[in-house]
Amino acid sequence: MEQARRAVIRDGVGIGIAVGAYGLSFGAAAVTAGLTTTQACALSLLLFTGASQFALVGVLGTGGSAVAAVAGALLLGTRNTLYAVRLSALLPVRGPRRAVAAQLTIDESTAMATAAPEGLAATGFWVTGISVYVLWNLATLLGALGAARLGDPGVLGLDAAVPAAFLALLAPQVRDRERLAVAAAGGLVALLAVPLTPAGIPVLLAGLAVVPILVRR
Amino acid sequence: MLVASLGCFLLKLLGWSVPASWLERERLQRAAVLLPVPLLAGLVVVQAFAGDRELVLDARAAGLGVGAVLVLLRAPFLLVVVAAAATAALLRAVS
Repeated sequence: MEQARRAVIRDGVGIGIAVGAYGLSFGAAAVTAGLTTTQACALSLLLFTGASQFALVGVLGTGGSAVAAVAGALLLGTRNTLYAVRLSALLPVRGPRRAVAAQLTIDESTAMATAAPEGLAATGFWVTGISVYVLWNLATLLGALGAARLGDPGVLGLDAAVPAAFLALLAPQVRDRERLAVAAAGGLVALLAVPLTPAGIPVLLAGLAVVPILVRR
Repeated sequence: MLVASLGCFLLKLLGWSVPASWLERERLQRAAVLLPVPLLAGLVVVQAFAGDRELVLDARAAGLGVGAVLVLLRAPFLLVVVAAAATAALLRAVS
């Protein structure tokens, strides 16, 4: 048991380091999109959901409206609600600690909590959640400071790093043909919508690609 | 930014507060699980090809191409991102 516990802690910290490294690219992307270092750090501290944060600065960076940016971030954040439902059945958290647990509810902490051996779900959740939170925020600060010193982000190709980051986030989610079809449809909708709608809207329209899957059966 | 932060937090808290039976609503569950897929795909396309209300093909596309190859090779996240940036930077430097 003790050995299994240590393995869970080691994995949780390891995930924190890996994800933290990716906070570097968020900090850089946020500053590239025109946010200040403070704003970038505030997003990592308060919003703390990688894909939503990237979406928010991505839409703002391409000149999208604040409403479209927020809507995109919220839509991507809905999956955390589902994670939380699963987690609340798995580990009993009451009172004020529930608010802390809620903030730490993300892809990685949920995955570790559900994958942990019997009785170690709480360890997996808290270790992973806290280590990702700390390292993600440190890395955001470093990435933002680095990019702020740089001046023109295009010289280092940072604007090309953003779509590649989204692709790397998307790839592990495309596990079957249905998801591949949904991804392709979403991409196509966005492509068609770019010349026709204001910035930020194409991404939201892409989300409609789930509708055919839901009404079918 | 604050609205998005608060909203995303409330979405998380909501999940901790509803009864587990909510999860049984299969269609809702599928929607929440599937939604990030087209949204991320849309973000890839927009970030790589969108100009000011037009589609453009520039160094970003080349960077994305290199990134895509690395994703297919299951390269780590940071390598994908750095290689994409380096490709675009290199192209701009020589053109």
